[in-house]
Amino acid sequence: MEPNREGEVWVLAEQEDGSLHDVALELCGKARQLADQLNVKVGAVLAGHRVRHLVDRLIAHGADRVYLVDDERLAHYQTGSYARVMCTLVEQHRPQIVMYGATPLGRDLAPRVASYLRAGMTADCTDLQISDVTEARTGKVHKNLLLQIRPAFGGNIIATIVNYDQWPQMATVREGVMPMLPADHSRKGTVVEAQVALTAADMPLRLMERHLEPRKVNLKGARVIVAGGGGIGSKENFRLLYELAGAIGGAVGASRAAVDSGYIGKEYQIGQTGTTVRPALYIAVGISGAVQHRAGMEESAKIIAINTDPQAPIFSIAHYGIVGDYKKVIPMMLRALKERK
Amino acid sequence: MPYDCIVCVKQVPDTANVTASAMNEDGTVNRAALPAIFNPEDLHALEAALEVRDRYGGTVTAISMGPPKAAEVLRDCLYRGADRVILLTDRRAAASDTLATSYILSQAIRTLGRYDLVFCGRQAIDGDTAQVGPQCAEKLGIPQITYMEQMGELREGIVRVRRNIGHGWEVVECPLPVLITVIPAANQPRPPAAKRVMRYKRARAAAELAAQVKAEMPEAPEDLIAAEVQRRVEALRAEGLLIEQWDLDRIGADLSRCGMAGSPTKVFRIQSIVLKREGHVQVPPTEDGIRQLVRELVVDRILG
Ligand SMILES: Cc1cc2nc3c(=O)[nH]c(=O)nc-3n(C[C@H](O)[C@H](O)[C@H](O)COP(=O)(O)OP(=O)(O)OC[C@H]3O[C@@H](n4cnc5c(N)ncnc54)[C@H](O)[C@@H]3O)c2cc1C
Repeated sequence: MEPNREGEVWVLAEQEDGSLHDVALELCGKARQLADQLNVKVGAVLAGHRVRHLVDRLIAHGADRVYLVDDERLAHYQTGSYARVMCTLVEQHRPQIVMYGATPLGRDLAPRVASYLRAGMTADCTDLQISDVTEARTGKVHKNLLLQIRPAFGGNIIATIVNYDQWPQMATVREGVMPMLPADHSRKGTVVEAQVALTAADMPLRLMERHLEPRKVNLKGARVIVAGGGGIGSKENFRLLYELAGAIGGAVGASRAAVDSGYIGKEYQIGQTGTTVRPALYIAVGISGAVQHRAGMEESAKIIAINTDPQAPIFSIAHYGIVGDYKKVIPMMLRALKERK
Repeated sequence: MPYDCIVCVKQVPDTANVTASAMNEDGTVNRAALPAIFNPEDLHALEAALEVRDRYGGTVTAISMGPPKAAEVLRDCLYRGADRVILLTDRRAAASDTLATSYILSQAIRTLGRYDLVFCGRQAIDGDTAQVGPQCAEKLGIPQITYMEQMGELREGIVRVRRNIGHGWEVVECPLPVLITVIPAANQPRPPAAKRVMRYKRARAAAELAAQVKAEMPEAPEDLIAAEVQRRVEALRAEGLLIEQWDLDRIGADLSRCGMAGSPTKVFRIQSIVLKREGHVQVPPTEDGIRQLVRELVVDRILG
């Protein structure tokens, strides 16, 4: 499609069984910021069955218009039907930007939609900005493009991607990287009831069985995280980290080396291929600080690194560095915390 | 009932230890500067296809798009059991983004004609986008099932798959043809079979032979080189060791949808990751040092 500079900034309001995914609200906040810069409105596409009650939350978090597609055939996600909804609405309303959470659902849906629209698509962005861009090849200046910023190449580089002339500009955005704005219940918005014609061809999949595990680990919400790495050495030794986390009301996380060594479950992994966190305090214990790990935690407000190796790269992003064996340091911390009480 | 499977495989730079020096000025990757490997998840896609054939009969065809060197992963496919491999190589396909790549792959799949299942790895480690599979399915006009973690039954033209949905799984059924992206949990890729390695280690694509001949006789005139390449191509073909090679014309590709021209996304800027060099507070690993740290955190209201 041709660029539509009056187009809205859109967010897919991902929901499951009638409850919104956090990333949908995070994206509403980001969309708000981008739309204010562009002087356009924020639209949220809410598809599902019996999901009308979610409209208010989307508006409170930044949406101006909620495109509601309520249909019992949309009760369970499948690529075909949701892609039909997105493609139809995008063609009708021609937004200039469409954002999806980089969740399993978002990463399944967004490329299918992009392919149909023949639009550009950038996966797993960690930041989005609006900026004028001069095209190197032609010297042409493109006003107010969406800069789609993401780690690439195993996290070793940060690439900024743009789409000059095949819009909408679409991106999936990592969970947890955009701060969720506080809800403002005085905000006003409108609901646009959208009708989308679904056919049997849009729903080739039959859902036979579904098994959801409760989201046990809430790393994203934790104020303090005590994360252990390969240096912890065993599953048993992780107990010390749980003790420390318990003493300061924090959650336990891990590097990939700790996960791969079987010290702790995969759902605790922090970093490029794990969760992105930004707690008030991050204590990195026995973690070297590889770029892939840092990608998921360097936005933490305060970082304490405990490592026997004074050269470990983690120290270069730490606010407090303790060179020493965690088996000695953590008990000292536990004692110091106890003394305080 | 036998099924015909297609597997899309990619040769990727081993991104585990990359530095910015492996990047070209224009932001594209200088693949030559890095060891090239079989994209790990594509091995699982290949295994899934081989398991379908082992169980129900049929064929496994592997396609790889890339420079001539990508024939290396196709040889690996032959070692592990693929029946047929196709190298899709064309300079005009260079700098394709995921949209252009999926277009080219879908054209190649259409050119193959009949198929029941297309398998792809979920994502390639050089880009981690996970887009090519779904985009390819859309271009083919067939359903997609992403993140397969367990292959179920194939019955009367319907496949049953368990797919991972992040915080759980779901079992879905879908009529064929379908495109499936595979995650490592799905299976254990079989190793290359010694017998097949012996049989196929000399298999080459024409583009590889051309590079070989040029390296061996750098001074020779063009026509001599061409004749020698042709001779080697025919010799390999006679032995059944010529890797099929297709270009964009062979698959009837619309050139405006390939390469740079067909790629809506453009790399605007590349930055290598630089460590922030702000100094940090050194806390001595002593009772006193730690006590001081805890006190500071409380004062800063970080610890409540
Ligand atoms: C594509 C890709 C994606 C990746 N994604 C992630 C990701 O999401 N998250 C992630 O974490 N990694 C990821 N990695 C892996 C990453 O590159 C590193 O291998 C990993 O982070 C290393 O973990 P580590 O620092 O805990 O372990 P190691 O590198 O083994 O470091 C252990 C550290 O512990 C210290 N140590 C040892 N003993 C002690 C002791 N007694 N007391 C104190 N310190 C001690 C050592 O000095 C060392 O610094 C990814 C890699 C790739 C290629």
